[in-house]
Amino acid sequence: MTDRVSEATPLDMPSLRRRRIARYLLPAVGAGVIVVWVILALLAPAIAPFQPDSVDVLVRLHGPSLGHLFGTDELGRDVFSRVIYGARASLPAGLIVVAAGGLVGTLYGGIAAYVGGLVDEAMMRIADVVLAFPPLIIAMAIASALGIGMTNAILSMVVVWWPQYARLSRGLVLAQRNEEYVQAARVLGYPPARILLRHIFPNALGPLIVLLTLDVGNAIITFAALSFLGLGVVPPTPEWGAMVASGRSLIAQWWVASFPGFAIFSVVLGFNFLGDGIRDWLDPRGRRR
Amino acid sequence: MRRYIAGRLVTTVFLAIAATLVVFLIAHLVPTDPIRAHLGDLGSSKPEIVEAYRLRWGLDRPLWEQYVIYLQGLARGDFGISIQSERPVLDDILQYAPATLELATVAAFMAVLVGIPLGILAAVRRDTWVDHLARFVSLIGVAAPTFWLAFIALAVFYGGLQIAPSTGRLDLNVPPPPTVSGMYLVDSLIAGQPATFLNALAHMILPAAVLAASSLGLITRTTRASMLETLGQDYIRTARAKGVRERAVVIRHGLRNALVPVVTLGGLAYAQLLSGAVMTETIFSWPGLGRYAFQAAGALDFPAITGVTLLVAVTYLVVNLLVDLSYGLVDPRIVSR
Repeated sequence: MTDRVSEATPLDMPSLRRRRIARYLLPAVGAGVIVVWVILALLAPAIAPFQPDSVDVLVRLHGPSLGHLFGTDELGRDVFSRVIYGARASLPAGLIVVAAGGLVGTLYGGIAAYVGGLVDEAMMRIADVVLAFPPLIIAMAIASALGIGMTNAILSMVVVWWPQYARLSRGLVLAQRNEEYVQAARVLGYPPARILLRHIFPNALGPLIVLLTLDVGNAIITFAALSFLGLGVVPPTPEWGAMVASGRSLIAQWWVASFPGFAIFSVVLGFNFLGDGIRDWLDPRGRRR
Repeated sequence: MRRYIAGRLVTTVFLAIAATLVVFLIAHLVPTDPIRAHLGDLGSSKPEIVEAYRLRWGLDRPLWEQYVIYLQGLARGDFGISIQSERPVLDDILQYAPATLELATVAAFMAVLVGIPLGILAAVRRDTWVDHLARFVSLIGVAAPTFWLAFIALAVFYGGLQIAPSTGRLDLNVPPPPTVSGMYLVDSLIAGQPATFLNALAHMILPAAVLAASSLGLITRTTRASMLETLGQDYIRTARAKGVRERAVVIRHGLRNALVPVVTLGGLAYAQLLSGAVMTETIFSWPGLGRYAFQAAGALDFPAITGVTLLVAVTYLVVNLLVDLSYGLVDPRIVSR
């Protein structure tokens, strides 16, 4: 990681300005998009102009207009309202999966690293087995075994989600374990659990937060994919992935599938911008890469 | 080197066996009745089938014995009977696999042939329009769900501009070439049918491009970061100071050393390709394993789902094994360590 500033002239203002944009603007845009979606999800009944499941066959498959901003679907339901209500499924699903998977994985990897030896070896091999499957495929198998439903879809995702956190947290704890402050805590006679939770984890938090933020986007996409496969929410509950699936053959009526998909894209983009921004703040050395 | 290969082989075999155990456990430890899961509606309507199933799979015996029976079945190629097609799952898989293999291969080539040069250019011409384009492309690859991208591509190029052919592998009035490999691009060439080849190729471009997009972002991003890191090294400065031409510096000194992380990502990118195939094939009516998996999931066709899952897991393991072994070629130091 050589310093490359020397290659640019010191007064290269446009380049500096661009970096400032990358550093502040994109994360701010990302956070803004996320906040907007959270508000839409919370206030959906107040904001959505129609009930998400109110069928009206007289306006089947109407294109976008002032009355129906995103048009209507094959049952005459208002796509705009359904997209807004869809946030109530995708956002919580993504957050729950990442929170639960992150918590389980972090503790698991931390314990493995802290105990070490054969226990570590055995615990990480188990994680390797889960990592041997492409996440979506194994989540699909578990979800179909458990049965259709949002809870089961989330549960099946958590099962495949934790190992990456186990790996990361194991690496972080291993790096911290021999630091002086840990030895000091040990000399003071603190129990291992306290050292792990109160001393090591807070110091290893940075990379974890970055992964968590970037990962919410991944989780939302995977949840939408499960719903697209028909394994997520139970119809007619509005959900973005399921909406794309039901509109997938309506090429001429592009609005039915396009807008829910764009909703996924925007919220995932938001989490990516925010995650990249957090990484830059926490790791100034990598900022210019 | 030999010890390294042997070690990786042992790990892969261990993981493959573990994968069968995982699939077995999913099928047997779930809250739903495994027989119901296997038979679906058939089970509730015909009790004698349920009983026959119980005996055949040894469901009255201890779990580990059931697992052995399951393994013996797998060794014979018995993946169970698909509920939807009422055929052995293996037959279904063999029928649909060539279409997916063909699509995924073309997509992988597209992703590598575009992703690596784009990543190099983005690193060499940092903060120029090429760099921004690369960033934009990888963002789309990361943030856009594949099924949505597939739909947009279809709506724009087929529905809107009408320059892409309809979905499927061939036009309806074009008969498929005589089956040799099951891959139309290959078979049509073997049979000497250039018109069929061109038609198959035209049908291939859009779905392959969409599928490639999912791993393209990852490849571009990694190549760029790795190249930036490498180009900052002392030996690059030395090469430049010696007066080596810039092109040679970038390709011979830079790229060769930057490739290791890119190769590592090969496995991950392939996993995205496999998952992406489910979405892409569904949107493009591509009669491959991905669409088969989609239909199986929709119908809760459990034998088909577990069969595909196992196949995908083993494929993924083999790809990762190949990736690890190729380290030896890319960077001999990794192996000797």
